[in-house]
Amino acid sequence: MTEDLKNMPKKERMKIPRQSMPEQEPQVRVKNFQEVPHGLTEEQALLEAARCIDCKKQPCIAGCPVEVDIPAFIKLILEKDYAAAARKIKETNSLPAVCGRVCPQEEQCEMVCTLAKKHKPVAIGYLERYVADYERENNLVEPPEIAPSTGKKVAIVGSGPAGLTVAGDLIKLGHAVTIFEALHKPGGVLVYGIPEFRLPKVIVQAECDAMGDVGVGFENSTVIGKMDTIDELFEMGYDAVFIGTGAGLPNFMGVPGENLIGVYSSNEYLTRANLMRAFDFPNNDTPIIEGKNVAVLGGGNTAMDSVRTALRLGADNGYIVYRRSEQEMPARIEEIHHAKEEGVQFHLLTTPIKFIDDGEGRVCGMECLKMELGEPDASGRRRPVPIEGSNFVMDVDLVVVAIGNSSNPLIPQTTPGLKVNRWGNITVNEETMETSREGVFAGGDIVTGGATVILAAGAGKVAARAIHDYISKK
Amino acid sequence: MPKVIDNTQIGPMVWKMRVEVPRLVNKAKAGQFVIIRVNDEGERVPMSIAGLDRENGLLTIIYQVVGKTSALMTTVEAGGEISDCVGPLGIPSHVDNWGTAVLVGGGIGIAPIYPIAQAYKEAGNKVITIVGARSKEFLFYEEEHKSIADDLHVCTDDGSYGHHGFVSDVLQKLIDDGVKIGMIMAIGPVPMMRVVANQTREHEIPTWVSLNPLMIDGTGMCGGCRVQIGEETKFACVDGPDFDGHKVDFETMTKRLGAYKEQERAAMKRFMAEPGCKLSPAVQEFKYPDEK
Repeated sequence: MTEDLKNMPKKERMKIPRQSMPEQEPQVRVKNFQEVPHGLTEEQALLEAARCIDCKKQPCIAGCPVEVDIPAFIKLILEKDYAAAARKIKETNSLPAVCGRVCPQEEQCEMVCTLAKKHKPVAIGYLERYVADYERENNLVEPPEIAPSTGKKVAIVGSGPAGLTVAGDLIKLGHAVTIFEALHKPGGVLVYGIPEFRLPKVIVQAECDAMGDVGVGFENSTVIGKMDTIDELFEMGYDAVFIGTGAGLPNFMGVPGENLIGVYSSNEYLTRANLMRAFDFPNNDTPIIEGKNVAVLGGGNTAMDSVRTALRLGADNGYIVYRRSEQEMPARIEEIHHAKEEGVQFHLLTTPIKFIDDGEGRVCGMECLKMELGEPDASGRRRPVPIEGSNFVMDVDLVVVAIGNSSNPLIPQTTPGLKVNRWGNITVNEETMETSREGVFAGGDIVTGGATVILAAGAGKVAARAIHDYISKK
Repeated sequence: MPKVIDNTQIGPMVWKMRVEVPRLVNKAKAGQFVIIRVNDEGERVPMSIAGLDRENGLLTIIYQVVGKTSALMTTVEAGGEISDCVGPLGIPSHVDNWGTAVLVGGGIGIAPIYPIAQAYKEAGNKVITIVGARSKEFLFYEEEHKSIADDLHVCTDDGSYGHHGFVSDVLQKLIDDGVKIGMIMAIGPVPMMRVVANQTREHEIPTWVSLNPLMIDGTGMCGGCRVQIGEETKFACVDGPDFDGHKVDFETMTKRLGAYKEQERAAMKRFMAEPGCKLSPAVQEFKYPDEK
């Protein structure tokens, strides 16, 4: 069959429909935490790979924030050399199993795919996931070749996508690498933020284990900024430090009643549910409030994750409350689609102004205002304007505030000379990711504010190269 | 995984655990806390630092059995391990020379005020320490406090030892006697800290309290430990745990502490009923206040 696909003329290839991802049925999956998409079958993967017409322009490469050689890995799929396809991706993106699942492809590679003009784009994300999973599940992940030891040591603060990428690249170059992680498990937002039903934790653990196998040291439950400062890391003999501590400071609305029981930041809600496995209370000891009428404030992936988690924890009603319209929602289209299928109710152009106390300190309602869209604001999106007198009360017993995160201030506060901008993000040289402190580099959400896994991984790649250059000259 | 050197009962439902965490102990200062996780299914719980043995790298925590996790902690044997001991967290207690500093420790608070008293003493303060508990058997650390305080006052609610009355009674007497108090640090049950803050407000004596809201990460990432201080919302784990007692909204904090009352009770009952339950006979006597 593959011979037929490889030799199929372009016109015929373009007739192959975009393959549908097999998924758990909504009414079934809303009662479990297992992964929603099952992954393409081999047959589907081959058909989907055949849809790529290998166009001359290859806009998909530039569409990718880290410029993965997409046409090349797709060709390897058609050769049925899936492990080689995974390795091809890993030349530029070290976390394909993760990115295939969480990248907003509809804004990146798939948006600019030549086929997207008149047909549906090649399902690049599904293919990336397919080959990464195949490589892992069939034990074909080859440990990378490690260069001879250079005698240099690098400290990485934070084990999220940025830190993991830096570690993976530097260990190959022969440097000694230690990752310091504040939480008790590595992975950062991959393990505390993104739920199991979107990113199974065995995948994150497999990435970390693979690194451990080639010598990357993990010091979990170690809070840099409290246990040791960055300056102390240098005193301990590290030659360079990479800061990948993420956007770990929750934003709240600042409206009355926000400290009532039952009003959570998305970080707390998801950390309880995901990292601390509160969905399996009391087999796991961390509790979580299981609201029946749950409102999640926000329109991004974290908001979708939170409301879908609430449904799985037994909510009768899950609401997304977002002050703009659906077009402005930053969440992945696929997750908005999944949320709708699962019965999430969208209250758009709506904003809360007050949380109502049941008399015993618990939230029992949320007073809201309707909004309408006015002129665009600094982000380019049309600014929502409240409609006076449109107040109404929503009956809720749990609220999750998922309106974004700012940079955790712990490292900037304990590292003299480390320049940050007015939002607390660390300023870096764009070419090298070096900060205002010599030998200190940074990347990911701590630099950009809350963004994507692929951007963090991409920043990690740039930083690793610059760190290597810097320490090689010392 | 951190090793537990010893874990012994020192009073009714009160235990003392020493954990070998040399680097943490070297770094830690009075007033800070750690987050403990007993095993992989365990929750993350904050524990105040009750002692720092820098020579041997031992951290002392004193804890009360109030639910499943604290009960589970009592089953860790000497020489055993716990999953995690994260720290030192929080901002260390502010230390200065105020002339005369008063430390008030109620119940389990008798422990964390000990290293703070040491720090105040080293800064040159005259240290007056007031400790109180329900009855004699709930008292501990008397020798330790005696070795630091210039004046030590011990009281019990039932008069079975020392002064018959509350710590606030002793404090009130000091105030009424015109003692020039430069600073008060009060640690204990929330109602106790609230009473102390209320009684010193009109006298404008700086009064600091150490807050103990529920916590998850302890690094300012989740906001679960948020407390209302005056007009502002602060995170106890990174802005505290010490706060100006005159500004703390104790009422909201008390309510937030009860967020998981039902789940906690269910988990504790389930744990105590487990076949092969390793709880000591003393801990098996545990009852919630409304069950007694």
